[in-house]
Amino acid sequence: MSVLTQRLRFIPWLPVYVAVYFLFLYLPILLLPVFSFNNAATTTFPLAGFTTKWYASLAGNSVMMEAAWNSLVVGISVAVLSTVLGICAARAITRYRFRGQRTAAGLIMAPLFLPEIIVAVSLLMIVLAIGIELSLVTVILGQTVFCVPYAMSVLVSGFEGFDRSLEEASYDLGETAIGTFRRVTLPVVAPAIVSSLLVTFTISLDEFILAFFLSGTAPTLPVYIWGQLRFAAKLPGVLALGTIMLVASILMLTLAEILRRRAEKRTQLALMLP
Amino acid sequence: MPDRPMIEIQNVSKFYGIYKALDDVSLTIGEGEFFSLLGPSGCGKTTLLRSIAGFETPTAGEIFIDGAPSLTLPPNKRPTNMVFQNYAIFPHLDVAENVAYGLKRLKLSPEDEKKRVGDALDQVRLSSLGKRKAHELSGGQRQRVALARALVMRPKVLLLDEPLSALDKKLREEMQVELRTLQKAVGITFILVTHDQYEALALSDRIAVMFGGRIAQIATPKEIYQRPRTRKVADFLGGMNFLTAKVLGEQGNAVSVDAARFGAVNLDKPHGFTAENGHVTVGIRPERLRLLWDNDRAPHELAGRIENRAYFGEVTHLTVGVDGLEQPLSMVETNDHGADDLPIGAEIRLAYDPDAFVLLAEYEAVRRV
Repeated sequence: MSVLTQRLRFIPWLPVYVAVYFLFLYLPILLLPVFSFNNAATTTFPLAGFTTKWYASLAGNSVMMEAAWNSLVVGISVAVLSTVLGICAARAITRYRFRGQRTAAGLIMAPLFLPEIIVAVSLLMIVLAIGIELSLVTVILGQTVFCVPYAMSVLVSGFEGFDRSLEEASYDLGETAIGTFRRVTLPVVAPAIVSSLLVTFTISLDEFILAFFLSGTAPTLPVYIWGQLRFAAKLPGVLALGTIMLVASILMLTLAEILRRRAEKRTQLALMLP
Repeated sequence: MPDRPMIEIQNVSKFYGIYKALDDVSLTIGEGEFFSLLGPSGCGKTTLLRSIAGFETPTAGEIFIDGAPSLTLPPNKRPTNMVFQNYAIFPHLDVAENVAYGLKRLKLSPEDEKKRVGDALDQVRLSSLGKRKAHELSGGQRQRVALARALVMRPKVLLLDEPLSALDKKLREEMQVELRTLQKAVGITFILVTHDQYEALALSDRIAVMFGGRIAQIATPKEIYQRPRTRKVADFLGGMNFLTAKVLGEQGNAVSVDAARFGAVNLDKPHGFTAENGHVTVGIRPERLRLLWDNDRAPHELAGRIENRAYFGEVTHLTVGVDGLEQPLSMVETNDHGADDLPIGAEIRLAYDPDAFVLLAEYEAVRRV
């Protein structure tokens, strides 16, 4: 055995591979905040010094603020709509047994696996054929179609363990149907619902293709960012905006996952036999 | 029969499509009675309990609760409360909040509500655990919460759906004693659904045995064990040696039969009894056969040999072959004389009491009771 192969044996290959893997995944994303605080209009090393002026410039950018407002309106609408639809679907899937149930569940989840651009083009064709003007409303409708499967998968895991006998116990103890929904059903599944709202809001916030095709003259943030990339001077501002969106997304998804796990634990514990 | 009826079930049937979950069931349960619905899974016992609670609507018939026709009442308007099989403890509430759940609608003063919750928790010996959440409780504790949550409503009838089936053996036996004590203390009607014959025997004032959506027999535990009406009831309640016997003669309420090697036996004749081709099925419980040692003598003896032996700690189960009997006999012997040491093939003598035989109808013959 040569000295070289002997040395190679002592290199911990698996940890090295994992380190390279994570570097590849996260280095580009980590560069975003780094350059957003860099006191230079170009994204080159060495760094020119620390500044928060790019963040400050965002506040005075009325076009950007409008796009942010559009994103907020779209995000909240999509989150509420897709979660409501997701609740109905998830309840049907977890509570009842009916013919074609698996097919229905599969069809609801399918948009998840379809190429988004194909979905966007077909939606655009339909919207134009019907003669609806492109606006934030069409973006909301398109993104809702796209978000329902995400909402449903979060909600199903929260509802799955929800035991019917909890509702029966409530009726049995004198509560009405509405009271039971308010005092038992809602509190038990609330974490799953909040989690679904957060996940769908985050997806809507980042979503570009549907928004680009369907938004008309009122851009959402991703569409606005895409428009700014043509101007080199605007790049640091875009990086600052991107950093804010990144942090917001991570926070919301983390919160959503914590809530989803709590919902799952709750319903499973309700079911768990000693 | 009970003094004052609390639950009257009249000709109740429940069909799911063509499947009959309940088939023309009628029975009366008294005030303060501990009544068990016993049967194998799918016999309709749970459907009947859920019909009383209001979660199932019978296809036909009527259920009176304390004299009032109740089929049109929803569960939240009935004076019954239920302990669910999985306890259905609300996971987002603590123990005290679970118990207070139903009281909230009664709009009691905070002091009254607190007192009633406290009393209910005392009753099930959980007073110290009021602040615990459902997932911090053991199986036995969860069951007590479910009991307290139902009892705090002061129902006229408490319905228990297999409440002990999820507990391990030792805890189950403890809870049996506690359930019985609790029922005596609160004095209301308890209706228990179970598939465990020992549980039904140990707890109940009366038992209804159900098969295939029908009631096969209603009687006290002792009567149903010692005097089962049908072969199926006898079999479900424990071991039984079945024999085909030839009818020798009938006199008034008695039948005289020739029980093969056991000789002539006189039996009580059940209502509506008919012998098919002059033959009937008779049975004797394994523990009513007794081993005879050395110089023991008995008025009725049989000779046999040990074919099999199973050691159960306090008792030994023996299978004894007797010449002239189609089936070997099952026996249960306590181990104080050394039944556990008898070798396979040993020649033994056994004693029996002809009065311990019971005449059994085949199931179909007495389906309507």
